[in-house]
Amino acid sequence: MILNQFLLLAAILFCLGVYGALARRNAVLVLMSIELILNSVNINLVAFGAYHGNLSGEVFALFIIAVAAAEVGIGLAIVLLIYRNRRSIDLNQADLMKG
Amino acid sequence: MSLVLASVDWNIAQNVFFYIFAIIMVFSAFKVVTTDNIVHAALFLVVVLAGVAAQFILLGAEFLASTQVLVYIGAVVVLFLFGIMLTRAQVGADSELDQPNRWPALLTGSMMFAVLAATLIRTFEDTELPDETVTTTQQVSDTIFSQYIVAFEATSVLLLAALIGAIVIARKD
Repeated sequence: MILNQFLLLAAILFCLGVYGALARRNAVLVLMSIELILNSVNINLVAFGAYHGNLSGEVFALFIIAVAAAEVGIGLAIVLLIYRNRRSIDLNQADLMKG
Repeated sequence: MSLVLASVDWNIAQNVFFYIFAIIMVFSAFKVVTTDNIVHAALFLVVVLAGVAAQFILLGAEFLASTQVLVYIGAVVVLFLFGIMLTRAQVGADSELDQPNRWPALLTGSMMFAVLAATLIRTFEDTELPDETVTTTQQVSDTIFSQYIVAFEATSVLLLAALIGAIVIARKD
């Protein structure tokens, strides 16, 4: 296997995640796109760790998994709060801070 | 195509499985960001996350693959399904999931991919991975509990803070 096939797969997933985070207006779908981005970063870290024969890549991927779990928990709590207050999780309607 | 051909004679089985999983993952990720049914998006996300676990196994990271299945497929996707259920999303097709104007997002994503792909191909070209990349759970835990013990403790505090924070935010009063 060559290193680049993993890196290019991760790049494709990352860019699909970026597209999703920008093009969706349902808050839950934006969080899903962010999960795609975090997973592509994990593939990158593990591939580079295997390439260098170093375990730090895998350990940081584990930390990213833990942080992503915390992020989803908090993110969905915020989405639920928005839904409770506005009866909608359309991000275009959450514009209180717009001047 | 020289990228593909250079590695075919090296380890055919791993490459065949890599490309099978990669095609499934890219297709599913594409459906996650384009489908107009929010429950289908969550289920396609399961396929992508399982594919990532398969890539971890191909890279010899067995502990990370099992953690990926447990934490992502077991917990995060269930949280997403709870979120979909509690926000009473429309079941079935819903045309209101996308921004009215998607061209800026498409432009950003494709330009970012062009830059990333050009840089990666020019930098790493046909660099081979080592033949033996398997790491055992014991090696991973030895690294966590020696070199990265401070980061590990900080992660546990972060998880506790996230737990309390989520309860405080979502509580009704």
